[in-house]
Amino acid sequence: MLSVTDLQKTYSSGDEALKGVSLEVTGNETVAVIGPSGAGKSTFIRCINRLTEPSGGSVELDGLEVTDLSGKKLRNARRDMGMIFQEFNLVERLTVMENVLSGRLGYVSTWEAFRRKFGGDDVGRAYEVLDRVGLEGHENDRADELSGGQRQRVGIARAILQRPKILLVDEPTSSLDPETSRAVMELLTEIAADDDIPVLINIHEVNLAEEYADRIVGLRNGQKVFEGTPEGLDETARGQIYRGEEIPEETGPKQSSAEETAEDAATQEGALRRG
Amino acid sequence: MATEQSDTQSWQRPTAFYNRYVKWVVYVVIGAFLLWSAWNMRISPARAAQGWTAAAELLGGMFPPEFTPFKTDLLVQGLIESLAMSVVATIIGVILSIPVAFMAAENIAPKPVYWVGRGIITVSRAFHELIIAIIAVKAVGIGALAGVIALSYKTVGFFAKLLAEDIEDIDAGQMEAVEATGANQTQTMLFGVVPQVMPRVVGLTIYRWDINIRHSTIVGIVGAGGIGSTLLNSFDKYDYDFFLTIVLAIIAIVMVGEFVSTYIRGRIQ
Repeated sequence: MLSVTDLQKTYSSGDEALKGVSLEVTGNETVAVIGPSGAGKSTFIRCINRLTEPSGGSVELDGLEVTDLSGKKLRNARRDMGMIFQEFNLVERLTVMENVLSGRLGYVSTWEAFRRKFGGDDVGRAYEVLDRVGLEGHENDRADELSGGQRQRVGIARAILQRPKILLVDEPTSSLDPETSRAVMELLTEIAADDDIPVLINIHEVNLAEEYADRIVGLRNGQKVFEGTPEGLDETARGQIYRGEEIPEETGPKQSSAEETAEDAATQEGALRRG
Repeated sequence: MATEQSDTQSWQRPTAFYNRYVKWVVYVVIGAFLLWSAWNMRISPARAAQGWTAAAELLGGMFPPEFTPFKTDLLVQGLIESLAMSVVATIIGVILSIPVAFMAAENIAPKPVYWVGRGIITVSRAFHELIIAIIAVKAVGIGALAGVIALSYKTVGFFAKLLAEDIEDIDAGQMEAVEATGANQTQTMLFGVVPQVMPRVVGLTIYRWDINIRHSTIVGIVGAGGIGSTLLNSFDKYDYDFFLTIVLAIIAIVMVGEFVSTYIRGRIQ
């Protein structure tokens, strides 16, 4: 379970990217974070595994406070968080298999990594994972020979070979065409269900978020302005997220106990508007 | 010109200078400096004409180049020594350079380490190889070892500087993705950085070997082994025929080195 409390990030330029965002992700749910460019979506997800250092707040993964860790302990925490990137971020000149196996780097010694000597079990699982993402037979191709969709599948394979407790996904579809985007989103939700892990996705295509997410979080100017089901994401909510419209009392950022009723209200309101 | 422009249109043709006054000042300064330099060196046509006859005499003395068996042996020995020096110096130099390059890459090294790396490179680049060769000859005596030391030393400055710049240009995303898996720093370098710069490492090694071949022919002049020693001996003995033979041999070997270098670098890129 991932629990983020009051996460803040101010860049050295003085730019306040996150102004205290809280979020809980549990079970095997798919949570989509949407918002306009510059809302802090990427910063948020990168602060969770500390590729970007948060300036305040707390991130807990299964009760372990991640923001205090350093060295070996931080690396061990990162092993439990699989990350998938917008630009795939594969090591272009390495083979697909080496890229996938790099997901196990946290578990082998440096010397073994240098000699590409991963445990027999790791290689076997890498083959299984490649099978699962639909890349069987590509293990010896170099990463830069693949198409965009195939590359993102390698990125996903690398993340799931870590056997993570959560998947952090940063704009997985922005570099892909609509067809491939759907296939990638399907694959991600499928993994969430099969491996019973939660998936936290940054995404700017709202229709994909509505279609695949169990829950949607809206960020604007580093603040959470919406949280609810895809059905609850009505015109009012969109207005708040994308145009910064005033937040009416009854549909404001919904929290715990108020969530149920507020969602219902929002759904009805949305239905009325659509009707 | 400018009168046709309204106040709102402030675009002007771009200039490399701050404004047109600065431009003319720069031109005048360059012209004056050129004239002063020429005057300062006292270049006179009489002197050039005088040297011309001496040069013609020297060139005449070089023909025909000498290929007697004894001299050919000397030549081959010198060339082999030069080649061997260049190979050994390149290998040692590259092995020393790679860690220095990583130290001197701003994007991956902590600031203190970065300055140490840059410092090593600057010190290596500060001196000409002949100066290092003179010191090395004093230290380890006349012979190829001194040449290997001088060339290895120079290789570090060249190779580490260019490789460090290449490391600074890598795609940080690839490195970040490896880091995000929980890999330690060395593993991140091995998987996220080394594959990205590997073609450059090979290309630079070949290129530096090519340079080291050329330089190995010169360090012999101060006693650091190789064909340069043979060259200087022949000149000192007024053996201009053999001198020409050596010069032609050096040109041949440098051309072969350059050809091999171009071919291999073409293949890997």
